Amino acid sequence: MEFFSHQTSYPFMATRKVWYTLSAVLMIVSLGSFFLRGVNLAIDFTGGVSAEASFPGAANVDAVRARLAAAGFHEPSVQNFGSSRDIAIRLPPDPKQTASGIRTQLETALRGIDPGAQVLQLEVVGPQVGSELKVSAAWALFFTLLGIFLYIAFRFHTWRLSLGAILAVLHDPILVLGFFSLTQMSFDLAVVAAILAVIGYSLNDTVVVFDRIRERFEGNRRSPPDVVLDQSINQTLSRTIMTKVVTSIVVVALLFLGGPVLKGFSAALLIGIVAGTYSSIYISSAIALDCGLTAEHLFPTVKKAAIDHLP
Amino acid sequence: MLEYPRWKYILVAAVLLLGLLFALPNVFGEDPALQVARKDHSALTADAEQSVESFLKTHGVHFERSYVDQGRLMVRFASVPDQLAARDAVNGNDDFKNTYITAVSFAPRTPEFLRTLGLKPMPLGLDLRGGLYLLYQVDVNSAVSQALEGYATDARRALTTASIPFKDVTVGAGGQAGTVRIQLTAGADVGAARSALSQPLQGLALLTGNEAAGPVVEATMTSAQIRERQDYAIQQNITTLRNRVNELGVSEPIVQRQGIDRINVQLPGVQNSAEVKDILGRVATLEFRLEDMQNSAIEAAQLGRAPLGSKLYTHTRMGRPILLKREVIATGDQLTNATTGQSQEGPAVNVRLDARAGENMLRTTRANLNKRMAVVLIEKRPETVEIDGKKVTREVTDEEVINDATIRGVFSNNFQITGLAAGEARELALLLRSGSLATVIYVVEERAVGPSLGRDNIDKGVTALAVGMAGVFLFMALYYQVFGVVADLVLLANVVLLTALLSMMHQVLSLPGIAGILLTVGMAVDANVLIYERIREEIRKGVSPQAAIRAGFDKAFSAIADSNITTLIAGVVLWVLGSGPIRGFAVVLTLGIATSMFTSLMGSRALLTLMYGGRRKLTHLAIG
Repeated sequence: MEFFSHQTSYPFMATRKVWYTLSAVLMIVSLGSFFLRGVNLAIDFTGGVSAEASFPGAANVDAVRARLAAAGFHEPSVQNFGSSRDIAIRLPPDPKQTASGIRTQLETALRGIDPGAQVLQLEVVGPQVGSELKVSAAWALFFTLLGIFLYIAFRFHTWRLSLGAILAVLHDPILVLGFFSLTQMSFDLAVVAAILAVIGYSLNDTVVVFDRIRERFEGNRRSPPDVVLDQSINQTLSRTIMTKVVTSIVVVALLFLGGPVLKGFSAALLIGIVAGTYSSIYISSAIALDCGLTAEHLFPTVKKAAIDHLP
Repeated sequence: MLEYPRWKYILVAAVLLLGLLFALPNVFGEDPALQVARKDHSALTADAEQSVESFLKTHGVHFERSYVDQGRLMVRFASVPDQLAARDAVNGNDDFKNTYITAVSFAPRTPEFLRTLGLKPMPLGLDLRGGLYLLYQVDVNSAVSQALEGYATDARRALTTASIPFKDVTVGAGGQAGTVRIQLTAGADVGAARSALSQPLQGLALLTGNEAAGPVVEATMTSAQIRERQDYAIQQNITTLRNRVNELGVSEPIVQRQGIDRINVQLPGVQNSAEVKDILGRVATLEFRLEDMQNSAIEAAQLGRAPLGSKLYTHTRMGRPILLKREVIATGDQLTNATTGQSQEGPAVNVRLDARAGENMLRTTRANLNKRMAVVLIEKRPETVEIDGKKVTREVTDEEVINDATIRGVFSNNFQITGLAAGEARELALLLRSGSLATVIYVVEERAVGPSLGRDNIDKGVTALAVGMAGVFLFMALYYQVFGVVADLVLLANVVLLTALLSMMHQVLSLPGIAGILLTVGMAVDANVLIYERIREEIRKGVSPQAAIRAGFDKAFSAIADSNITTLIAGVVLWVLGSGPIRGFAVVLTLGIATSMFTSLMGSRALLTLMYGGRRKLTHLAIG
């Protein structure tokens, strides 16, 4: 079986304006939404209380909300979660509340509605811990990007390829952020981990394509750059699609079977993988081309080096 | 002809065999178990194992088998009812209860030969087995200011003794943390003050100055001293928490430092967080007091009141009431260390006090040779009671005499408590060290997962893992045919090696960790795909099958290395900066990259060379 029975020759470079426009629109929507609406930060970052409870019968969300408010909980947010019997409760951080009391208070309030109600999971995060996690997540993002920038600079000897790779790398987490901002899905620590994994993973394709560009330039230094770039992308296309399809299989399995805990995590991975595939096929090489990449940039010192080695 | 060096075959086979061995303990599952430990924290002996076993037998409780692991006895049962019957039998017996602490837990069904090799399955995280996670914040600054208060008291005493007039001794004055400021009266002799202070303020940086109100001496703790004091406070709190967690009878608890001033406590299987937090968060201290030898404690206990100048303690470890003098010689926060040691009379506890308490101890022991001295453990805990229908939280103080001993010599800040049994010495040292939770700790993060939710999480994780892997395997086999099956074997080997590494490191497996394993499978495919696509390309070019395989591996190498490095960067950053389950994910991701490089570069090449290398008339490769 093969996706592409013959070597493809899609004109990626000739159509790059289309892809630039598409990317620009997606970026603007993502960033706009991120700055206007923000993301729905989980209690990992905001601090507060998050609980899951289960009722023997269908849970009445409004009744729970009213009962919690009556029990002195400030602005309780109650939602169905998983099934009609399960609910998720979120409470903003309250400095006056002691962590030890919350569970008892919650259980008392819920059992007032139905004696069979059970608190399955309870998480209490202090506001201080939350803001620290925010800082450490930001550092993690910073160090990952820095590490990858350094790696790119070291790996691709010309800034034209580096810039293409960097823009492609930035492209993907921004789209993930945009997705989380638009859907208002809960943005927790696991999502940050997924974004970092995506940053690393989506660069894979770009690196593989660039590797091929280098190889092709080495063979025919006189070919026009856009032809070489098109050839390189087309030759690696089968591998790019194949790898991403397989990775998507496992991520989709996680998304649908892994349960609610992994939902945000796998959604971020899936969006990131799709975005990463797109950006490495359509964006990274095109940017290098627009920066004027030629064979000379990759092999400027070949002749000189050869002379150097003469006795 | 396609060849592969023999040593590489041997290496691949050896690594795989080792991997299988280390991964093996994970496949046996768990049995309900009862964990039995001695109350005095001494290691359980074979005799004790015998006695526990015969105890269970006489009570008609069926158990599968028992073994000693890390000084604790694990008794495994075939079913949960048996396990609970055993627990009830054990807890119903007073003799047993006084000697042992028991905890209901799960024990891996690992066969004997693997256990004797020290091989264990990956422990499950709280999200998979249910339990309570607490993150405590330690008030390290109060630990430092306590030390400063001590210095200030010493300074006052030293100046008074040396008859140097002073106005005030303040701590942390002028917005300077870690400083004791001594304001002398105008005209006082600064030089004399300095020399008088040099002994009690030893180690502190002394600065003298002149102000309108008179000369000033400032003693500052160096940042190293402050850090040392903070570390000591954390360490002391960790020991205390560990001790208390053990008292709770929780199996496999984790108590560890996190960052500068945090302690994280993980209690698998614990549900009632209020009770646990109450016990763990208790503030306790110790007092050294002289025993009142003139009056009879028995008499006082019968009367229910103590003679003047003494205090009656009915709650004692010695099992008899005791009368102690009201004056406190030293308190727990003046204790700097307590370790077990040896004396001519057998096991002993070596105690170190700070300078101030040492001086007091010197005076007291000089005057009270051959009299008795006792150690009192004082615990304060918040208790919620209902008064007139209203819930009121009040502080309850529990006092217990944990040890009393005869003063055999004159000593100051460094002495031994003797006349103890080995287990007793260890416990007393632990209690002395850990009994005093002088620094306040409070919960800043709490996560509780119910056992049913844990079960649910593990089921979901395993299902996702199985379905995801099956999907990948099927897809690879369809797409690359025989080569796809080879890739599947290689991926399977990758999972085995990854599991082996994680088990070797005793890495806690959490839900994100399972996701990491699955993601590794998805990403490890990449290396195989790169190689196979190269082989297909070579075949299209008309290269012979064996040359195509060789070229495929050789040419794909740089792309494989490159593409893995980028993911590795992200994995390492997460490993370093992440905590908890996120770190678990990062560890799996990072190790998974390493194992997948090995399996797809070496393992897959060895297998393919074995399959195709020797065939002379190979015209076609089943690569789809």
